[in-house]
Amino acid sequence: MADYDQELDATGLNCPLPILRAKKSLAGMESGQVLRIIATDPGSVKDFEAFARQTGNELTDSSEEDGKYTFLMKKG
Amino acid sequence: MEEKKLAIIATKGTLDWAYPPFILASTAAALGYETQIFFTFYGLELLRKDVNGLKVSPLGNPAMPMKMPYGPQWFRDVNWNMPNALMSIVPGFESMATGMMKKTMKDKGVASIEELRDLCQEAEVTMIACQMTVDLFGYSTDEFIDGIEYGGAAMFFEFAGQSDISLFV
Repeated sequence: MADYDQELDATGLNCPLPILRAKKSLAGMESGQVLRIIATDPGSVKDFEAFARQTGNELTDSSEEDGKYTFLMKKG
Repeated sequence: MEEKKLAIIATKGTLDWAYPPFILASTAAALGYETQIFFTFYGLELLRKDVNGLKVSPLGNPAMPMKMPYGPQWFRDVNWNMPNALMSIVPGFESMATGMMKKTMKDKGVASIEELRDLCQEAEVTMIACQMTVDLFGYSTDEFIDGIEYGGAAMFFEFAGQSDISLFV
């Protein structure tokens, strides 16, 4: 079973697009569901942390591998 | 959580300065801010239906990096040390600089102004065109996108007065 409900590919996109796309994806999801986001913008690490703190969504995981950043965002 | 508010005044009509208001407004809206942008003087150019005419000028802008968006990486990394004041009087130089900046932005996954503006409208960012400068510069309202409002300084203050953040760009 996948540990997420929906996936967003934000690779190649730069600030603020990963955040805006994530916001849009989350808007169509149910509370408690998890969105997996993949990005290549190094700034997105701090941005998704800040996004989670300000929107009531929970950033449950943040990792980096080969220049790809993966985030798990649980809708609040 | 009580809704926060952001008020922005956009006064500049060049491609580079078109970014801050739209990036900040769209991001703020995504964070749940109620957001308003008041467009005045050259900022009105950002409300045109067609924003492809926005240019970036090297004139009076000595900090602008002059890098080529083409060729191998070592070549792209070269910062061309050109006297901006001189180059900017060469016919077509501004268009060339604009073209190069647009290419660089596209290559680096930076959104276009039109895309960011659409996102702002989708997120219900209120956009107000300054009526006084619309009249002053002889704009016609059908040159502008739909869904904007027209108003004056008092209208801006009504919102800005209750805002958590006010920015002048």
